[in-house]
Amino acid sequence: MTAATTSKKLDWRASRHARHVVSQVFVYALLLAGSFVFITPLIWMFSTSLRPEWEVYTYPPKLFPNYWFWENYPEGWSSLIPFSTFLKNTLTITLFNVTGNLISCSLSAFGFARLHSRYRNVLFMLLLSTMMLPYEVTMIPQYVVFAKYLKWGNDFKPLILPAWFGWPFGIFLLRQFFMTIPFELDDAARIDGASTFRIFTQIMLPLVKPAMATVAIFAFVGNWNNFMAPLIYLNSMSKFTMALGLRLFQGQHATHNQHLLMAVSMVNITPILLLFFFAQKTFIRGVALTGIKG
Amino acid sequence: MPWMIGFICFSAIPIVASLVLSAADWPMLQPPTWVGFGNYAEIFGRDPLFRKSLVNTVYYVFISVPAGIVVALALGILLNQKVIARPFFRTCFYVPSLVTGVSVAVLWSWLLNPQFGLINHFLSLFGIQGAEWLYNTKTAMPAMIVMSLWGVGGSMVIYLAGLQGIPEQYYEAAEIDGAGTWKKFQHITVPMITPTIFFTLVMGVIGSFQTFTQFFVMTNGGPANATLTYVLYLYRNAFEYFRMGYAAALAWLLFIIILIVTILQFWGAGHWVYYEGELR
Repeated sequence: MTAATTSKKLDWRASRHARHVVSQVFVYALLLAGSFVFITPLIWMFSTSLRPEWEVYTYPPKLFPNYWFWENYPEGWSSLIPFSTFLKNTLTITLFNVTGNLISCSLSAFGFARLHSRYRNVLFMLLLSTMMLPYEVTMIPQYVVFAKYLKWGNDFKPLILPAWFGWPFGIFLLRQFFMTIPFELDDAARIDGASTFRIFTQIMLPLVKPAMATVAIFAFVGNWNNFMAPLIYLNSMSKFTMALGLRLFQGQHATHNQHLLMAVSMVNITPILLLFFFAQKTFIRGVALTGIKG
Repeated sequence: MPWMIGFICFSAIPIVASLVLSAADWPMLQPPTWVGFGNYAEIFGRDPLFRKSLVNTVYYVFISVPAGIVVALALGILLNQKVIARPFFRTCFYVPSLVTGVSVAVLWSWLLNPQFGLINHFLSLFGIQGAEWLYNTKTAMPAMIVMSLWGVGGSMVIYLAGLQGIPEQYYEAAEIDGAGTWKKFQHITVPMITPTIFFTLVMGVIGSFQTFTQFFVMTNGGPANATLTYVLYLYRNAFEYFRMGYAAALAWLLFIIILIVTILQFWGAGHWVYYEGELR
């Protein structure tokens, strides 16, 4: 090998290296700018919630307050609107619904994945098609039955009951998981004399725990943030959920109490953020899963 | 199977009931009177707000869904590079999508505040005159669309998973053949990711057609109905004017619109979605 080709080769390597460095710098610059844009609104929410009133409506706005005014939290929480009640209501509804979803979805998904029935595939297609059905189509007749005929207006029952009868998305996700479990396990258990129900509770359920966690998390987030159903059914303040309370606060007091509104908002999103930080893997995997298997 | 009971009680019966209701004039307090196709005739014949809300919703769907796909895919590709601190960046992009419903509405009303909001201040740093955003008929809808882009974290995670599923060998083979970054993107990344794009497109369209909460809380349809979405109008008919039959007819129309748009997308998918082998 002559000296000329060696140096040419080195040149080529150097230019390739330089190109690599430039593209890396470019990637990091974009990532930093992007994450700045995405995270700033949350920081802004947090910083507004910590400002004394006289620093809220100033121009130019400061990203961080001079003094951290934690007093906003107790003040926003209790002075104008009974948020403790709303939190209790939201927790009640959410916990009942998550439990109901887990029980009903796992049972239905087990049926779809493991039990033989002539109509199974037709029913499964029906299930998938209901995922496309707008809530508004069923909302009005449901409302008429619950509120007008059963007199359940201003009651949690219409908000909780449907969750105990399955949730198409959850059933679909769990079914995909049940499908991956080998049938030999069922057969072995059956030979040992286990009933179908026992196979379900003692063999299948422990195996689909990760998927159950995913369903539980999505159900929690969905119910926590649910707005339309509580809005149409609940009409007295003692029954309101956090979402309704926030909207009430915004409608009545927001013009002069932006800092308090942001404080209550922060409290409202905290459970979701905590859930995310403690169960990050389940979250990310669950979201990715819905996309790939869908 | 509890789902069967649930399906019959909460989906099948309401669907039929909804269809029946849509043929009635029912102000809730009095018994319903049957009007046949009267509701539909009114919707198509002499309801300017129906048309307005449909146009607004279509505008919102047609801009926010494709824009969301572009942003989510771009972020996914960035994160799919060999970067350190990937979990950190992923968290930054994903966390906003967890803030939904009323919280996001409340926060963005404040961000978009024309006088004290952060967005106008940020623009002014670059010498750009801020807008009145939600208080102006021209900027209200674009502001809502920008806000919707803040929540693309979920689809970004889906894209990231899809991108990581592309076998490394494809890129290596292309490099040996002398393909540059752009060629690789165009001929490997894009075709391999089309099933994911298709999925987010279909789900995004279905979801955006039903958008309600943010509009209800932030603008309530204003100014001058510039942000009156379809579902918001439906809600008003049902729970403010108590026209249950009319609202049921609107709901059925929405269902049919979503159904047609979805079927069209599946029909069009054959032309651009690439499925590797016979995986699906």
